[in-house]
This record gives sequence, structure tokens and C-alpha cells, in this order.
Amino acid sequence: MRPKTGSLWLSGNEAIALGAWEAGVRVASGYPGTPSTEILENLCSYEGVYTEWAPNEKVALEVALGACFAGVRALATMKHVGLNVASDPLFTASYTGVRGGLVVITADDPEMHSSQNEQDNRNYAFAAKLPMFEPSDPAEAKEMLARAFEVSEQYDTPVLFRITTRIAHVKGVVETGKRIGPAEASIEKVPGKFVMLPGPARTRRAAIEERMTDLRDLAETLGENRIEPGPTTRGFITAGTSYNYVKEAFPEAAVLKLGMVWPLPGEKIRDFATGVDELIVVEELDPFLETHIKAMGVRCRGKDLIPSRGELSSFIVRKSIEPEKVGELFDPIELPMRPPNMCAGCPHRGLFYSLSRMKDVFVSGDIGCYTLAALPPLSAMDACVCMGASIGMAHGMAKALGEKGKGRIVAVIGDSTFIHSGITGLINSVYNDSYSLVIILDNRITAMTGHQQNPASGANIKGEPAQAVNLEKLCRAIGVKRVTVVNPHDIEATGKVLKKEIARGKTSVVISRAPCVLLPSEVKRKKPVYRTVTENCTGCMACIRIGCPAISWHPLTPGEAVERGYRAKQKGFSMISGVLCNGCGQCAALCKFDAITAVEDEG
Amino acid sequence: MKQSGNILFTGVGGQGILLASELTAYAQLAAGYDVKKSEVHGMAQRGGSVVAHLKYGERVYSPLIEPGTADIQVAFEELEAVRYLPFLHRDSAVVVNTQRILPPAVATGRASYPDNILEELRTRHIHVVAVDAFAVAREIGEIRTANVVLVGAMSNFLAVSPGIFLDVIDERIKKGFREVNKKAFTAGRDLVYASRRHDAKR
Repeated sequence: MRPKTGSLWLSGNEAIALGAWEAGVRVASGYPGTPSTEILENLCSYEGVYTEWAPNEKVALEVALGACFAGVRALATMKHVGLNVASDPLFTASYTGVRGGLVVITADDPEMHSSQNEQDNRNYAFAAKLPMFEPSDPAEAKEMLARAFEVSEQYDTPVLFRITTRIAHVKGVVETGKRIGPAEASIEKVPGKFVMLPGPARTRRAAIEERMTDLRDLAETLGENRIEPGPTTRGFITAGTSYNYVKEAFPEAAVLKLGMVWPLPGEKIRDFATGVDELIVVEELDPFLETHIKAMGVRCRGKDLIPSRGELSSFIVRKSIEPEKVGELFDPIELPMRPPNMCAGCPHRGLFYSLSRMKDVFVSGDIGCYTLAALPPLSAMDACVCMGASIGMAHGMAKALGEKGKGRIVAVIGDSTFIHSGITGLINSVYNDSYSLVIILDNRITAMTGHQQNPASGANIKGEPAQAVNLEKLCRAIGVKRVTVVNPHDIEATGKVLKKEIARGKTSVVISRAPCVLLPSEVKRKKPVYRTVTENCTGCMACIRIGCPAISWHPLTPGEAVERGYRAKQKGFSMISGVLCNGCGQCAALCKFDAITAVEDEG
Repeated sequence: MKQSGNILFTGVGGQGILLASELTAYAQLAAGYDVKKSEVHGMAQRGGSVVAHLKYGERVYSPLIEPGTADIQVAFEELEAVRYLPFLHRDSAVVVNTQRILPPAVATGRASYPDNILEELRTRHIHVVAVDAFAVAREIGEIRTANVVLVGAMSNFLAVSPGIFLDVIDERIKKGFREVNKKAFTAGRDLVYASRRHDAKR
């Protein structure tokens, strides 16, 4: 498709996809991760640009690097923690530099809306000696991406491009532009640049210093680093979405807005600081700008006023600086929380229900929808750190516990997460003779981020057929002697297999396989709907304990119980919502009183 | 015509909040405003409490509504109508769908759903417009238009003419669903308009 032209209303991620297309990007690779996912999801529908989901961010960056070595513009996209995975190629790509432009997008998640930490990836720009751009809204994101590619090619450097949730998932007005024709790819051997043996690397190390000096000069004149004049009493230095908050909290104030947040324009900052009585740096998360500005010998305030945790807002900025100007607000009322939950009919629920019954088993978990199993009522996950960590952590616990831990250690990991970085952990467990059980939750898709294809799903980013990894064969090839496939909706059979495999005392794999209920094929599939036969319900709460959003508990007073024909001491009854039920039948298997029956779906 | 304003959309993941906020935003754009909208994807969507911020004006910088400045809240569920109370002010209007979705702690018998929860708003003199959007949508013959019924009800509090909303529905909604969504919008709009006239008469 060719994008529409004119004035559009786009999310930051849609704008970046459009910007990449306009900038003539030829190859783009990434791994899904909130809030970055929609960049490639949009870009893959454009003509003339190759896009893919890579198995992880390290591979994605290596793919983009290779494409840029072939002389075309390339893009890698990932969430903030994904850049940790990709940091190995990143740090040395800083040495090789580029042929075609290379931009790496890091989508940070201050406030941890959908992440396990809120690391500030501006620190990567400093550490890897790379320039970094940071837009303030969707329109700027698109314009700035074009600039980032120019800088990449002119200064022979990969460019980091940082967005946050409030850029990625904010919609705003964006003006379309003209597309630059992509460069012609070619092979050119430049060993002094591309082969990072110690000798050439030392030469390139010197080139990095020259490049950073040149980039500091560029920062002084770059249009993206602009001063918005105002009264001299107080000036702000800010960047990214924080700029918006400053503009709303102090609309008249003098502002130095940095579009390139590394390296910094020293002279511009000093001049600006000299021109104002009080200088305040407003930035989300780390005192990144503040620290480097103070290192220049410039006096400023920053994190002594502005919080370094969580997202900012114009409210927080105003309150931090002029608390007396904040009016009175309604106090919040304490209400039952509404945390996210696994969907009705989710196959993971059946598996975790079985694990929840094994109270002395430690469940080493991983990243995905299934991490929600850590919440009550299942409470069936005891650790979750980063992509792929479950298997290594389980192995480490097993080695620490020795005989004491036998039959008590389980790792659970999703299909996409297993391919991302679980395979090496499993190789380690087998190689070093572990005894933890590894459960692969194979729901045939990368679900948490909104259904992206992966190397095990049998389709590529465009939904076209692709080779699918055979997980059973893969595990056997690694040396896993026992690989058992279970249907997690069959709670009884699954429970039996788990008990047996956990007790074995050797590393074995159970693949819990059933498609995500939200997959279009599953939505279309005709399924029974389960209904409660309320007169049979004894209020035992067996079905309530699986935590399905379609099942609810209705408490009764003794009088009400008797009125309904129950025993007076029955505390309530359970009820299935026919609208919400997805027909998995897990609850029916748990009911010993024939109070849950299947009826054919009328719809 | 009001030069700027803030609309908060709240509810539970999967209730159609996205479409409702998009239609509203496109109507504001068509009326000549700058519009920014912010929402959260990923883990927060899975049946959890969901909120979208919509801001319009001559030039909008921040995509986030400040506490105490939401002029309108469109709440898709009663509890969620109250959860974001600090965002409201005394002149806020809250259009709320009279639906109750039990939070996990309530559904599993560990907590109870508060009674008369909307009174918490009314006692603070916030203007509450309770709409049974499902009943209206059912009458129209398409239960899935409940979200557009709420947009219609909410539109009474905006300076954007209903014609603009209907044009946006024409433009943005798939052909087969256009007419029924236009009906839903109009029914929602008339419902509140009628009750406001009724209030005025009293």
C-alpha cells in the first residue's frame, strides 16, 4: 500500500512507520514489545520495504546492520529492555559505522505500563558513544526520523532513536511528505570498517572520538535543538515528551528544547544558562541531561525538584516547581482493583490451575500473557525477570538446592519467548544435567503484544506461510529425552502429566499446546457455551478458583440461600456469563456437582 | 464555541473504548481543532481498567489530561466512572453506561461491588448522566453499538454539531455497520437531550 497523503491523524508508531517509508528504508527488523510493536506492524503493509519479525532484538539489529552494510537504509525496532538483548551488536556497530543509514528505535516505558522495569535508554547513547534523537510527538517523530537517517549517513554512525509510551501510543496530526527513493544495494568489502579484529577496532575507536566531536559541533547548530525565548527569570532545558509538560505547565517560559539528546550542545546550553536567572532541567526518569549539564560546570536544578520515578505530566511538573499553584482535587476513593486478567477460555489458565495445586513447587516464570498467572486467585508463578530467564533460573535453583529441590522446580515459558532466548537456557539445563521441568506454553502466536507471528507460528509478518519450528524435534535435538505434549484445557490429564514429569528428577519438557482464544480462527470456531445449572451449585467455589472472567461469585445471606432452595449455610453460588464464555470447558471439568453444562452456541 | 477541552474515556479492556474515542477525536478534528489522544496498549488491555485521554484545542502539547481538568468523562462501566475521580472537577459531566463488570476480587468472592457507586459522583455535585447503552443498542438491533450510543449521549456536551459525527461515522465505519452506528449515535444523543429538556422543565 502507498500511504495516504496530506494531513493525517496518526499514533507515534504509525508516524514512525510512515517516516521510515518516506526516508527510503529498505530493510526493517524487530521483535514485538510494547510500546514499539505497531511500528513494524504498520511498515509491513507499505510497498518497497522489506520487514520481518526476528526471533529476538539482537538478531533484529544484526539484520539491520547487515542491510546497512549492503548500502541501504535500515531500521531496527524494539522496546527498551530489547535493547539490552541487542546491546552486543550495538556497541560494536558504533565502531563499524554504516554504509546505508542505520537507525535503532528504542521504545521506553516509563511507569512500566507493560514492562518489568523502566530503565532509561538514553544511557545507552552515552555508553555506546552514539547520537540519540528524541521526538516530542508523532509529527516530530516522523520528521526527526528523516533527520536521524541523514545524520547516520553523514557521520558514519548508527543512530539511536528514543521514544516513550507517550509518543508511541499518542495520536496527533501528522503531515505527510515525499518519499526518498531507496538506495541501490551492493556488495562492498571494507575490512577496515567491517571486520572488528583488535587492529581495525583500535583505528575505529579513534574514528568514534572524531565522530563524537563532529556531532557535538552539529548539536550546536541543529534545528532540532532550539531555543524558545521567554522571560529571563527562569529557563527550562527539556526533551521528548517532557517538553510538552513544560509547555503546558509554564507556557510563557524560556525553553531550550533538545531534539538530539546525545551528544549535547555545550555552548548552546551555557549561553542559555547565562541568559536566565534559574535553570531547571525537566526530564523523565534518570537525571541524564542534568548530570551531563552539571559536568559542564553549568548550575541547574533538576531531580531535586522533579521525580525520577514513573511518568511525568504537566501536573507533576507544575506541582514539583510551584506547588502553591496547584488547586484542590477530589481525593480518590478506595475501590476494588481491576488488574488485567487472562481472557475467558485462555489455555494458560488450565495449565496454571494444575500448577496452583502444587503448593511446594517453585514456578520460575517468564514474560508474556501467562505472567498474569502470578496474580490471585491462581498465584501460580514465583519469579519473572526477563525474556527467557525462566529456564536458567530454574536450573540455578536446582543446582543450589540439590536433592532437596527434586520434584519442586518448574520453568514455564511461552512459545515466542522460548525462541527469543529460552533455547540456550534449555541447552544449558540438558548439558549440565539439571532436573527442572520445562513447560513450553505454545499458544501458536505472540499474544501479549497483540498477535504477532513468530518462527514457531507458521507465518511471517505479513501472514504469509513460513517455515515453523517444530518445538518437539528442537527439544529432542538438544538432548531432552522426554517431550510430552498436553492439551491444557484438559485439566485432569494435564495435572497427571505434570505430576509425573516434575517427579522424574531429570530435565524434561512438557509442551502445553492450545491456540490463543483470541486468534481469528479460534474466534470463528464453533464452540459450546457453558452454563451454570444454579440449582445444582453447592457453593464449593471450585470453578471460582480458576479465576475465569466469565465466572462470578454471588454471595447469599442464609435467608436468601433458603429462598433459593439451598442449605442455609451455603454462602453463595457461581454463575457463568454466556456473553463472556469462550467455551473452553475447564470449569466444567472441575465441577463435581453437575452444576456446569455445555449448551451449543446459538451464535 | 469552547476553545479547548479534555475528555476522559474509561472502562474495561475489550469494551470498545478505542472506537468511541477515535470517533470523538475525528469529529473534533473535522471541527477544526488540534487533537491528541493517549492510551496504553499491551498488558493493560487484558480485561484490566482502561483509560484514554483526549485533548482538543487550538494547539495541544501534552497528551495527558491533568488531574482536576477532565470536562467530560465517558465511562463504560460504573466502577470505572468513579476510579478516576481525581481527574474530575465540580463542573465535569460524566456520561456513564449503567453496566457492572465485576473486578476479579469481586468475581471470586474476596470483595464486594460497592452499592450505589454513582452517588459518590452525585454527592460531589458532578453532573452524572446514566445511560443504559446496551438497552438502547439492543433496541436498535445491534448490541455492539453500545459504545456509539455513549458517544451520542456525550456529544450533547460538545460544541461539535451532530452532523459532523454522522459524517465521521460514514467515513470511518465499514459499510455494513454504518447505518446502524448512525442510528446508535442519534439514539444516544436524543436520549440525553430529552432528559436535559425534562430537567429544564422541572
